[in-house]
Amino acid sequence: MQKQSIFQSKLLPYALVAPQLAIVLIFFYWPALQAVIQSFLLQDAFGLSTSFVWFENYIDLFKEPAYFEAIVRTFAFSFAIALSSLSLALLLAVMADKPLRGGTVYRTLLIWPYAVAPPVVGVLWIFMLHPSLGVLSRYLRGMGIDWNPLLDGNQAATLIILAAAWKQISYNFLFFLAGLQSIPKSVLEAAAIDGARPMRRFWTVTFPLLSPTIFFLLVVNIVYAFFDTFGIIDTMTRGGPGKSTETLVYKVYTDGLLGGNLGSSAAQSVILMIMVIVLTGIQFRFVERKVTY
Amino acid sequence: MVEQEGIRRYVAHVILWIGIAIVAFPVYLAIVASTQDNAVIANGQMSLLPGGEFLKTYYQTIFVGTSGTTREPVGNMMLNSLIMALMIAVGKIAISIISAYAIVYFRFPFRMPIFWIIFITLMLPVEVRIYPTYKIVADLHMLDSYAGLSLPLIASATATLLFRQFFMTVPDELLEASRIDGAGPFRFFWDTLLPLSRTNMAALFVILFILGWNQYLWPLLITTRDDMQTIQIGIRKMITTTDALTEWPVVMATAVLAMLPPVFVVIAMQKLFVRGLVETEK
Repeated sequence: MQKQSIFQSKLLPYALVAPQLAIVLIFFYWPALQAVIQSFLLQDAFGLSTSFVWFENYIDLFKEPAYFEAIVRTFAFSFAIALSSLSLALLLAVMADKPLRGGTVYRTLLIWPYAVAPPVVGVLWIFMLHPSLGVLSRYLRGMGIDWNPLLDGNQAATLIILAAAWKQISYNFLFFLAGLQSIPKSVLEAAAIDGARPMRRFWTVTFPLLSPTIFFLLVVNIVYAFFDTFGIIDTMTRGGPGKSTETLVYKVYTDGLLGGNLGSSAAQSVILMIMVIVLTGIQFRFVERKVTY
Repeated sequence: MVEQEGIRRYVAHVILWIGIAIVAFPVYLAIVASTQDNAVIANGQMSLLPGGEFLKTYYQTIFVGTSGTTREPVGNMMLNSLIMALMIAVGKIAISIISAYAIVYFRFPFRMPIFWIIFITLMLPVEVRIYPTYKIVADLHMLDSYAGLSLPLIASATATLLFRQFFMTVPDELLEASRIDGAGPFRFFWDTLLPLSRTNMAALFVILFILGWNQYLWPLLITTRDDMQTIQIGIRKMITTTDALTEWPVVMATAVLAMLPPVFVVIAMQKLFVRGLVETEK
C-alpha cells in the first residue's frame, strides 16, 4: 500500500528518520552484532588475550548438562505459565462477556495487575508464601504440607509459575474479551436455535472462532515467560535453590555477570535471539493469515 | 428457560468475584502488612486486618528508607523511576512519529531498507543483548545517567509501526486540501497529522509509561549509585537473605508505592489503554 499524495524533498526525510536510526544502530544493532562476534571469541580469565574459536563456545554449551536442563526448565515453565493463566483468563472472559450488571466494574477490577512490575509481583508472592512468616504457609503447614520453597526446588518452581501466571491473567483476559466480543452474536443464536446447549455452543462455535486469539496469546505468553519472569525470579529465588529456577535468560545474566564467562554468555544470547526470531516469525505467519477452522 | 438464565448469571457473578479475589489477595496482604509492626510479622503472627502503623511506615519509607540494606528514601527512587518512564515514553513517541511520517509521506532512496532496519528491532528484547549494550553505554560514559537508563530502551520499533499504520489510513484528500491552503511538510504535520494522532499517542503513552516504570534488568545493571536507583531495584535490595533483617512493613509499603502510578494510569485511562494494547500487539 502506497500513498498517492506525497511531499517532494531530498533531505528532509533523512533528517526525520535520523534520530531513530541513530538510536537503533547504536543501542540495538551494534550490541547485537557484538554479541554475535563475542560468541565466537574466547577470552582468558584476565581479559588480556582473546582468540577466535569458531563454534567452541556453542559446542561447550551443549556439552554442559546444566544448559540442557535450563532449556527444558524454561520451556516447562513457559507452558505451565501459559496454560494456567490462559485457562483462568478464558473462564473469566467468558463470564465477563455475558450481559451482566456491573460489567465494566468487573473489567476494571481484573485488568490492573497488568501494570504491576515483575519484581513487585515477586515480592508479593514471596511474602505470601514465605516459609516462616507467610500467611498462606500457615495453612499449608496446617494441611500437613512441608512447605519451604527456599529449600525445595520443586516448590520454588511452583511458586515462580504461580506468581508469573497471576500477573499474566489480566493481559490474557483483555485479549480474550476483545476476541469474544468480535464473534458475531448471530452465529451463536443460530447454534442455539439448532438446539445446542451452552457448553456445546462454547466448544463447537466460540472456541474455534477464538483460535487465532488463543494462538497469538500462546506465543506472547511464551515470550513473556522467557524474558519478563527475570524480575520475578531474581526477587523470589535468584535461580535457586540449587539451579532449580534458573531459566535461559537468568543463566545469561549469571554466567556473564557473576561467572565472568562472556563468550558463553554471548553464545547463549545468540541462541535466545534465534529462538525469539523463530517464535515471532511463527506468530506473524499464523496471525497474519488469521487461522480459523 | 428464564429461570435457568438467572442461575447462570448468578454463577457468572460468583466466578468473576472469585477471580477478582485471586487477583487482589496478594495486594491486599501487602497493604495490610505495611500497616503492621515488623516484630509481629517476623513472628509469623501477621493478622489479616490493618494495623495502626500506617503513617509511621509510609513516612519512613518515603522520606527515610530502611535502616539496614538500602538507606535510600523511596521518594527519591520514585522520582528516578518517573523520570526514566517519562523519557522512554516521550522519547519513543517523538522519534517514532517523525520517522513514520518520513516513511509514509516521502519517497527517497533507501526508504524500504530503512523501514526494514527499524522493523527488525521489534523482535529482540534488551535482555538478549544485555552485556554488549552495557559495554556500549559504559564506553559512552552513560552509566548512572538518565540517558543511559532510557536510550537503549527507546531503540525498538513498536511505535513506528503503529504510527505508520495509522498514517496509511489518513485519507489523501487531507494532504491535498492543506496543500491548496499552501501548507508545507511541517505545517501539514503540525496542523493536521498531529491533532489526528492524539488518541493514538495517548494510548501509546500509557503503555510505554508502564513499560518504562516496570523496567528491571536494565537499571539493575547500569545503576551503581544508590541515588540513581529506580524503585524496582530498590525493592529487591530491601529483601535480605537473612529474614531477621528484612523490614517487611517497609518492603510492602514500597511495593504498594511502586504499584500506584502504573495501576492508577491503567484504571484512569482504561479505554485508551485497552485500545492501545490491542493495536500495538497487532
